[in-house]
Amino acid sequence: MSPHITTSSEANGNVSAATARATERAAERAEAAGPRPVTFAKALNTALADAMEADAGVVLFGEDIGTLGGVFRITDGLTARFGVERCFDTPLAESGIAGMAIGMAMNGMRPVIEMQFDAFAYPAFEQIASHLAKMRNRTRGAVDMPVVVRIPYAGGIGGVEHHCDSSEAYYAHTPGLKVMTPSTVSDAYRMMREAIASNDPVVFLEPKKLYFSKDPVDLDALRTEYEAAAAAGEHPTEGHAAVARAGTDATLIAYGPSVSTALAAAAAAAEEGRSLEVIDVRSIVPFDDEAVCASVRKTGRAVVISEAPGFASVASEITARVQERCFHSLAAPVLRVTGFDIPFPAPKLEGFFLPGVDRILDTVDSLQWED
Amino acid sequence: MSAVPGESQAAEAADLDSVCRHFGISVEDYLLPSRGQIQIVDEGGSLRPAEDQGTEPGHEYPLPDDETLLKAYEQLVIGRRANDQNSALVRQGRMAVYPSSHGQEACQVAAALCLGQNDWMFPTYRDSVAVMAKGVDPVETMVLFRGDWHGGYDPRQYKVGIQSTPLTTQLLHGVGVAHAAKLRGEDTVVLAMCGDGATSEGDFHEALNFAAVFNLPVIFFVQNNQYAISVPLSQQSVAPSLAHKAVGYGMAGERVDGNDLVALMAVLGRAVELARTGSGPLLVEAHTYRMQAHTNADDATRYREDEEVTAWQAKDPLNRMTTYLKNKGLLDDAVTERIAAHAEDTAQALRDGLNQDPEIDPLELFDHVYATQTPQLAEQRALLADELSREGDAK
Ligand SMILES: Cc1ncc(C[n+]2csc(CCOP(=O)(O)OP(=O)(O)O)c2C)c(N)n1
Ligand SMILES: [Mg+2]
Repeated sequence: MSPHITTSSEANGNVSAATARATERAAERAEAAGPRPVTFAKALNTALADAMEADAGVVLFGEDIGTLGGVFRITDGLTARFGVERCFDTPLAESGIAGMAIGMAMNGMRPVIEMQFDAFAYPAFEQIASHLAKMRNRTRGAVDMPVVVRIPYAGGIGGVEHHCDSSEAYYAHTPGLKVMTPSTVSDAYRMMREAIASNDPVVFLEPKKLYFSKDPVDLDALRTEYEAAAAAGEHPTEGHAAVARAGTDATLIAYGPSVSTALAAAAAAAEEGRSLEVIDVRSIVPFDDEAVCASVRKTGRAVVISEAPGFASVASEITARVQERCFHSLAAPVLRVTGFDIPFPAPKLEGFFLPGVDRILDTVDSLQWED
Repeated sequence: MSAVPGESQAAEAADLDSVCRHFGISVEDYLLPSRGQIQIVDEGGSLRPAEDQGTEPGHEYPLPDDETLLKAYEQLVIGRRANDQNSALVRQGRMAVYPSSHGQEACQVAAALCLGQNDWMFPTYRDSVAVMAKGVDPVETMVLFRGDWHGGYDPRQYKVGIQSTPLTTQLLHGVGVAHAAKLRGEDTVVLAMCGDGATSEGDFHEALNFAAVFNLPVIFFVQNNQYAISVPLSQQSVAPSLAHKAVGYGMAGERVDGNDLVALMAVLGRAVELARTGSGPLLVEAHTYRMQAHTNADDATRYREDEEVTAWQAKDPLNRMTTYLKNKGLLDDAVTERIAAHAEDTAQALRDGLNQDPEIDPLELFDHVYATQTPQLAEQRALLADELSREGDAK
């Protein structure tokens, strides 16, 4: 996984000088100290710990997240450090977890809950769709829902049935929710801190194939950067896509687990003399129309990439938005590379299902380059 | 033994074992509901002898004091008046729908009055009278049914959840409120309500189990009005009673005559005290009857006989309480008149509030969805604003 070439502040252009300076300082310090490789999991873990340190109202609960530290170890050490009252296991009941989080948020806390796997979040769907998403609206703004629902999602790890769903469309289709998905180690930290600080409910989708990927990242610098942005009232990742790789000929629009695939495709295309820009959506809701359209207007061609089945998907929504907004800049129809409209395959078959470099490059090739 | 109700409130927290030791009974005897319903005042309005109230050792319920009973009675009269006023307003087209609790008012009143200032209540669509009795303004309560917004009051101001329609989902919110309070060291008690049919839902199970496992001060108050729309209780559950369901969670269950306001005040009053001192959650099942159709849109004659309804008329909570308090010498003409006047004030407030057309601002539709507005909603809001202004110009 390669780090972003540009920072989030360049991508969204609305970040203050203070934040820009902090980012710069962070980068300088990182260079001087030579940051060590950090896993995506460690970045999330550090973000959770920092948020708990900063706000006594932040409480974590879910299945096996206490003593064990979660099946992916994202909450490793947090019970020991903050006590069993702030990071604890619940009985096995996802609706119970989500419903209790809603009540705790009503009564002044900031719960961060873990769903063990994507498909095991479905029992919580009623609480998420009927209450978490609607409570603020129903109470005319009187009751905010500062809840983060963490969900390890998507495939690429050879997981068995019910462990590999890309469930983002269900949440993105539910007004009242925000939906975020990081694809880099730095963004894992940044976006988790922002999600916890948000007064809106955030469905935080963690691409599980990235948990143990590493990047040289200075977590102290990221903390400083986050604190400066927060102090300035800014949210550099919510609603802001990032340019993961700059290019000129076509734009690949991807998020979460598909960003690394898109970057690999762009690297392969570069060898053949084609310059592809890669946009990391990061924030599915709210969506960054501006950054995505700026890229497509520049390149004139776009492919949207996502693991989820393509029918009625987030990829479909992005495709429609780009077509509506960039029609006169487009040299070809916007195309999609998505999962097929089938249940997620068994481990030995997932390679046929997941968008891969070849399928992406074939699709790029069909973007009417001749006329 | 210090933390048992009736003794020091500030004493150290009790737990299930110490509660059982205090009552001198086994855990099984504590958890299991009494063999029958607790009834203190019978259908005719007479006080039952103590040995005849359905209580058992460790399940005794002292009679609430006169002042408490008179206050509750006043709310009972107001509640009945409000129910009937609201049904009339539906017939007059002033409200879209009203699920009346006519016949269940004793449950409604007791649910609200057993709680202290800082205690929370989580009601259902059926529980408007309880919401008002907890102190929410009557017209604010009716906003949900008037149809100009989904809820009309700030839950935090009144410590009352928004009346919930997705069955038993609200019980978990009650569990969460209690959990947060416990983590902060506050002695808040939560009373979370649902109907008999709703006890079949998964969230009922999850809420009871969570409350028990985390030892939270939550009273689950089930109004068993015999029907879930058209489906009778016998098709929901074959448990000996709904109160028995508590035992499986390690929680005490009790059943009470839901048309006996005195018994309800006594049983819920003790449950709140126990919960506040650390006993963990309790389940109280009240046997009552939905005297009217599920809502104005329902036709109850399709699934139940008139004779059944008539039989329950004789058990009416209001008549019984009036007789009891009169015989007790607590209700002279002056008191009766004062209470009737208060009930009429509420009815008048409801008429005044609901006969007015509410001010509607279509643009508000976008304003509360998110704490931090999204560009997409800002765009859609502008679109509607433009439409509205062009409509305005055309006129
Ligand atoms: C999850 C869910 N399923 C179905 C409904 C539709 N519904 C509304 S009220 C009701 C009956 C509930 O009966 P009960 O729990 O006994 O309460 P009562 O209406 O008798 O007070 C049903 C099925 C709903 N509101 N929520
Ligand atoms: Mg019922």
